[in-house]
Amino acid sequence: MDLNLSTRHEGDRTVIEVGGEIDVYTAPKLREQLVDLVNQGRYHLVVDMEAVDFLDSTGLGVLVGGLKRVRAHDGSLRLVCTQERILKIFRITGLTKVFPIHTTVEDAIAATD
Amino acid sequence: MTGAHAADSLAPLEAEPGSPTGEGGGEAPGVKRPAGGAPVVLRFAPLPEHVRTARLVAVALARRVGVEDGLLDEVRLAVGEACSRAVGLHRSAAPNVPIVVHLDDGRERFGVEVVDAVSGGPVPKPEDEGSAERSGSDSGFGEDGGADMGLAVLRGLVDDLEVELTSSGGVIRMGWPVAAPHWAG
Repeated sequence: MDLNLSTRHEGDRTVIEVGGEIDVYTAPKLREQLVDLVNQGRYHLVVDMEAVDFLDSTGLGVLVGGLKRVRAHDGSLRLVCTQERILKIFRITGLTKVFPIHTTVEDAIAATD
Repeated sequence: MTGAHAADSLAPLEAEPGSPTGEGGGEAPGVKRPAGGAPVVLRFAPLPEHVRTARLVAVALARRVGVEDGLLDEVRLAVGEACSRAVGLHRSAAPNVPIVVHLDDGRERFGVEVVDAVSGGPVPKPEDEGSAERSGSDSGFGEDGGADMGLAVLRGLVDDLEVELTSSGGVIRMGWPVAAPHWAG
């Protein structure tokens, strides 16, 4: 299974729908997408991970990198995830304290810092 | 890379020299062959695309030997993390040296060993965001950029885990209980 990415804009928010596997092979594709969006001036990102089948530490690193990029522009990076096996990785690494994690895209879009 | 190349560089071996004790035969020192029936050995070039194949093989074998379904995701993630780490190390320091994964279908424990040939501690992975992006104070992974997120995941995920780093390489040993042995029924 490869990595599938699609983006759409909701006002000043950009939703990135991610599907498939985020690992050492596919993570560069996600990183490139996040970098492109920031370079386009999109600083409020919502990463919808509901269709992610696999996430490893390389993927976590890319998300942390994306968060640092948007924060450099006073932006935000919010995650949407309800899958326990994915959430477990965020808990193990303590990243639940770093990323706002929402249960729906609508909640993530409506959230403010 | 071509398909032919991929096939050449991800080659399951019929037997390891010196098995089942596993000492010698060109393996990294310190590799201990767990007792088991029919171990599977993967040897692959340190390329990111091969990590997925190693994950798939590990999960397929774990399922076959009777690791309970609820642990298969853990096997998948742990083997992926260990192999990703090894790929990162090799690509930085030994790009022409293959990574070796031993999968042992023991009767009570499914054991996995991921062997790298790179000495010393963790080396930043080329495909990662880079040490600067991984060292943010709010990420919880330290300021020095040397923290290994993969090992952090492994330590938090796997109860039966042993990490051995030697002057000639490293070995990550992991194991999961076999709940419903395939040979028992």
